[in-house]
Amino acid sequence: MMRHLETIAIPVGAVAVSLVLFGVFITIAGANPLEVFASIYRGAFGSWFAWQDTLVRAAPLMLTALCTALPARAGLIVIGGEGAVVVGGFCAALVGIVLNGVLPPLLVISSMVLVGALAGGIWVGAAGALRHYRGVNETISSLLLNYIAIALLNFFVVGVLKDPATLNKPSTFPIGDANMIGAIGESSIHWGLGYGIIVCVALWFLMRRTTFGFGVDVVGGNVRAAQLTGLPVGRLIVSACVLGGAAAGIAGMIEVAAVHGRANTSLNAGYGYAGILVAFLARHNPIAIIPVAILLGGIRASSGVLQRAHDLPDATTLVLQGLIFVLILASEALYGRIPWLQPKAPPKEQPVMQAKEQPKEQPA
Amino acid sequence: MTVPSPFALEAVNITKRFGAMIALDSVSLSLRRGTVHALLGENGAGKSTLVKCIMGYYLPDEGQVLFGDREQSISSPHDAHLLGIGMVYQHFTLIPNMTVAENLVLARPRLPAVINWRAELASLEKEMKGMPFQVPLQASVNTLAAGEKQKVEIIKQLLLNPKVLILDEPTSVLTPNEADEVLSRVRAMTQERELSVLIITHKFREVMNYADDVTVLRKGKYIGSTTVAEATPQSLAAMMVGRETIASPLQRAQRQRGNASLDVTDLWVENDNGVDVVCGLNLTVHDGEIVGIAGVSGNGQKQLVEVLAGQREPLRGSVRLHGAAYTATRAQMHEHRFRCLPEEPLRNACVGPMSVADNLALRRYDRPPYSSKSRILHRAIFKRIAREWVESFGIRTPGIEAPIANLSGGNVQRSVLARELSDAPHVLVVANPCFGLDFGAVAEIHNRIMAARNGGAAVLLVSEDLDEIMEMSDRVVVISGGKLVHETTPATADMTRIGQFMAGH
Repeated sequence: MMRHLETIAIPVGAVAVSLVLFGVFITIAGANPLEVFASIYRGAFGSWFAWQDTLVRAAPLMLTALCTALPARAGLIVIGGEGAVVVGGFCAALVGIVLNGVLPPLLVISSMVLVGALAGGIWVGAAGALRHYRGVNETISSLLLNYIAIALLNFFVVGVLKDPATLNKPSTFPIGDANMIGAIGESSIHWGLGYGIIVCVALWFLMRRTTFGFGVDVVGGNVRAAQLTGLPVGRLIVSACVLGGAAAGIAGMIEVAAVHGRANTSLNAGYGYAGILVAFLARHNPIAIIPVAILLGGIRASSGVLQRAHDLPDATTLVLQGLIFVLILASEALYGRIPWLQPKAPPKEQPVMQAKEQPKEQPA
Repeated sequence: MTVPSPFALEAVNITKRFGAMIALDSVSLSLRRGTVHALLGENGAGKSTLVKCIMGYYLPDEGQVLFGDREQSISSPHDAHLLGIGMVYQHFTLIPNMTVAENLVLARPRLPAVINWRAELASLEKEMKGMPFQVPLQASVNTLAAGEKQKVEIIKQLLLNPKVLILDEPTSVLTPNEADEVLSRVRAMTQERELSVLIITHKFREVMNYADDVTVLRKGKYIGSTTVAEATPQSLAAMMVGRETIASPLQRAQRQRGNASLDVTDLWVENDNGVDVVCGLNLTVHDGEIVGIAGVSGNGQKQLVEVLAGQREPLRGSVRLHGAAYTATRAQMHEHRFRCLPEEPLRNACVGPMSVADNLALRRYDRPPYSSKSRILHRAIFKRIAREWVESFGIRTPGIEAPIANLSGGNVQRSVLARELSDAPHVLVVANPCFGLDFGAVAEIHNRIMAARNGGAAVLLVSEDLDEIMEMSDRVVVISGGKLVHETTPATADMTRIGQFMAGH
């Protein structure tokens, strides 16, 4: 369908333009852009080793992208993924520490997933509720909730919950090796990737195939039409935010249970913010988030190669990420305006309006 | 040598078309020097279009504007300002968080790069002495009452020394006392300053008290001009709303009045600005009758419909459907088969980017056969029902998967009709259903609403088109100032009295 052509052509075009601009930037920085592009490809997808790094980085991005994508379907711009990752990871770590050795690992991990999802859901759900019931701008409130989450984490990991053994990087006590999420087969990819894909597919089904998702789309498309048909607007908005926050909370849990083994400031490594970019690139479609997260994970994975091979700072890939973000946001304005991407115009109805004919009257 | 024209401004045989719609049909108007001239008509009569042609927002298709003695081609509001035509708009154009003085200086067409505020203030204070009313120069605009703001708007124009001042419904945001003050000062000003004022209004009281001449438009046609001295509210009402009775081609089944289905008791609603616009309204609609609410827009009918549609919370009062409390939840709408055709259907009743098929399913998507008990959507059913309705309601669309925003206004309205009327509604609320539609579509929509009524639905029809109300209704009520002030039937209606009630006279 032409309509789908547009939703693919515009983001792809925006990414292409950002690659060109990035090339200009690379040239100014003193490297050969074509070689740099080749290195990015090699660092992201050039070998099995690169693929593993890419997929490990993609897993949390899939989940944090949902934190922006689901509220966006209900018409809200939420950028609180980072905070949800932090509270989700932190609360999951607490549960892991408390239940370590008390319950079998499978139950501990399940509890960590549940609590991480719950914490992230409440965190972002609060931004949705503030928006609907109190009129607080959800973009600002979710951003501020990020800072609150990070401050709380810092407070606890350097304070009451600090493991005295962690000197260089204050952290909580470990959740125990038995409760860690393992790797898939022989690879270095942990099962967090499976969580990410499963959650994306499940939420795609919820949004596209169920009455709940349809209701959320109606609210996001036109609140007045939702009200006219009696939809519970507040409940749908808050639910979409809770689900998105829960996904990001699971991302935090995975970072704890698959990577660090404890909660520390590595939780706010920017996955929440990168997830915003993934969500916009994927046009808030949970299935499209999977490949886009892998693409972005690849770009992030290649930063080390750029540093080694071209003597570029490792923040270089952040420049590319930033360029893509700006151009994707700018390209939103192009929808419906590029003539050859439009579906055929509907048959024009002839007289749209007509003043009723009436005999002219004399003034009384 | 010619004698100087007695007219400050003349519009001669102005015709303006938008596509096939004729918004103005050979309308003329002559504004005598140093007088106040009222332009009177219902909503949609073409008053604003005429003024926009004079101000250069629109280019008339035929006819010309004479300014002073000469024909002038005014192709933009800028040209109009240069000629000395100023306009005060219906809605405030002041910048709320700046002071009055800042707003007044800002309005000047040419500003120096650096503004010497001390000098500007001094000269403003001097000029204010010659103004018909005073405003506090240092006050921030957002601290002013509506009447004060309106005065600032007028002073803003007067400082530019216009020869002609156009006021678009200047009192719509004012209390009666404020309106009296502003208008009497404006009137005094015309004599002192050789200023000519054209005032757009639909209030007879203002015409009778403050205008010298009046021109009446109805449905884009010139009805007549007269001096106010020769006019009476009755004669103006007759000119404004017309007196012809309309033969009804509709199939109206004879019915006994049924049970009260929709009951509104002591309803109070405020508008977006926190002003009470529905003030203790009581209304009952019975099964099998159409109750038409006539009224000039802005008298609370929009907010009344929004409350019934669930788009606005009332302050207090009750709405009952079939005796049960109604708070516009989905369950209640389903139980009482409450359906609504709001005005501006694309804005109020459709999700623009969603497909025609999805929009047609909005009422019932969460029930069989659209979805299963486990809440899984059956998209095939969406499509099948959409195809049926596109066929039976004659919705012209490139396909049922096309976004509904791509359809023309008439087809959007047909889609909403299909959705709202297909499952035999018991209570139906309709607002301006034919606004902007062609003749054929109007007849079709009227027939479908009448069929719902004949099928036993209680229908509430809110319309700015008095002909439509008279044609459709079993009972007619008039809303003014947020209350129902008059009730009659089309058979016994006295149009002059209805016009007077509508105008709050």
